[in-house]
Amino acid sequence: MRECGFDSRRPHHAGTPVGHRVLKVGNLHLWRGDRHLLRGVAFSLEAGQALQLLWPNGTGKTSLLRCLAGFLHAEEGEVRWRGVRLTSDRDVFHQDLAYLGHETALKGDLTAMENLQYACALRMRHPPAQLQAALAATGLDRLDPQQPVRSFSAGQQRRLALARLSLWGAKLWLLDEPASNLDGAGLQVLQQMLRAHLEGGGAALLATHQAIGLEGADSRLWRDAREAA
Amino acid sequence: MNAARATALQAAVAVFRRDLLLAFRRPGEWLQALAFFVLVTVLFPLALEPEPSVLRLVAPAALWVTLLLASLLALDFLFREDARDGTLEQFVLSGQPFTALLLAKVATHWLITGLPVVLVGPLAAMSLGAPSASTPGLMLALLLGSVSLSLIGSIGAGLTLGVRRGGALLSLLVLPLVMPVLVFGARASAQAMAGEEATGALYLLAAMGVLALTLAPLAAAAAVRISME
Repeated sequence: MRECGFDSRRPHHAGTPVGHRVLKVGNLHLWRGDRHLLRGVAFSLEAGQALQLLWPNGTGKTSLLRCLAGFLHAEEGEVRWRGVRLTSDRDVFHQDLAYLGHETALKGDLTAMENLQYACALRMRHPPAQLQAALAATGLDRLDPQQPVRSFSAGQQRRLALARLSLWGAKLWLLDEPASNLDGAGLQVLQQMLRAHLEGGGAALLATHQAIGLEGADSRLWRDAREAA
Repeated sequence: MNAARATALQAAVAVFRRDLLLAFRRPGEWLQALAFFVLVTVLFPLALEPEPSVLRLVAPAALWVTLLLASLLALDFLFREDARDGTLEQFVLSGQPFTALLLAKVATHWLITGLPVVLVGPLAAMSLGAPSASTPGLMLALLLGSVSLSLIGSIGAGLTLGVRRGGALLSLLVLPLVMPVLVFGARASAQAMAGEEATGALYLLAAMGVLALTLAPLAAAAAVRISME
């Protein structure tokens, strides 16, 4: 069990300056069935910082992300987003959060543009040019615009999910294996997106089996859940 | 990001339009329920004695039991696809009221599975010997009943999301809840077909519809959240 002293009640700012602590996780315990999966996980993230979880398979990377997103409920522990406990105001946290899981939440029967439109309409209104620019940034603008996403390769679908992620304008990214199925160029897109996100004062928590190179950005690696972050 | 945050209504409308578009691209799912309804109601007069008085006696029961089973058939794909591909998770994380988004889904679902049955219902009733003068009363009863069935059914659909092949469980959960709709729907139809005043039963059906509209979305949202763990 690790210590978890909190500096609480940071007021709610729209833009958090780089270097301010935004996410604080303390003493998180999670059970899945009769397995004690997370044993007192504690770490914090500053604005402009990325933390890459490189824990071995089956040690709870995905569960930690899902727990932070609110899909799993920890038995013990506390999570604070900008000083506010998640349990007290989850909606505000969700507005700042983008989660990219194993499932891409893309509809195979819709085109790439339609997928972006409807996924983004849930959060904010974007001019079509902005959606088009996001497609171009992920290299998907060269495809036939009428092509349904069902016929995309896994890597192309992942790129589309990244385009959606960039449009959401979230402050905290929780990415579960974001580089899976991506080719070299796709990985570069992901790296560029992450750098831009961090430079803009965003924070990111990545679960990945291979470290993603983020030269020039504030990125930490966490190799084993039993060690401190 | 130079985009305004979407309101709950805008988000719900986006879900509604997305589901309509998906149904349009993939008509097999909703046509299945309609085809089932038409086939079964047409089979009844073939299997029964070709005596109009006998047919008229069983017509309300045949109509409503078939409607009930057709709605159960359609319920199975209300949330399943969105749960599998992670869309429901993104609904939760959108920061929008989850209940409103699910209600938009149920509304679309009713529009593509319930409304066709309401429109075809009087024709099916005529094949069972209903006089054409009973059409308005029958349509009103079917309209009110099918709205309640979709709403109440959404609770069951939410609860059985986590269950593989949850179809049988879904029927066990939903059927007891929709008994009143069956009773008063069949009663209103019988009265309409006999040329009697059906207002009493119709009022009760309408009251059940309002009750379902008020409470079912909340219960369905809670059920889906539980199933997502």
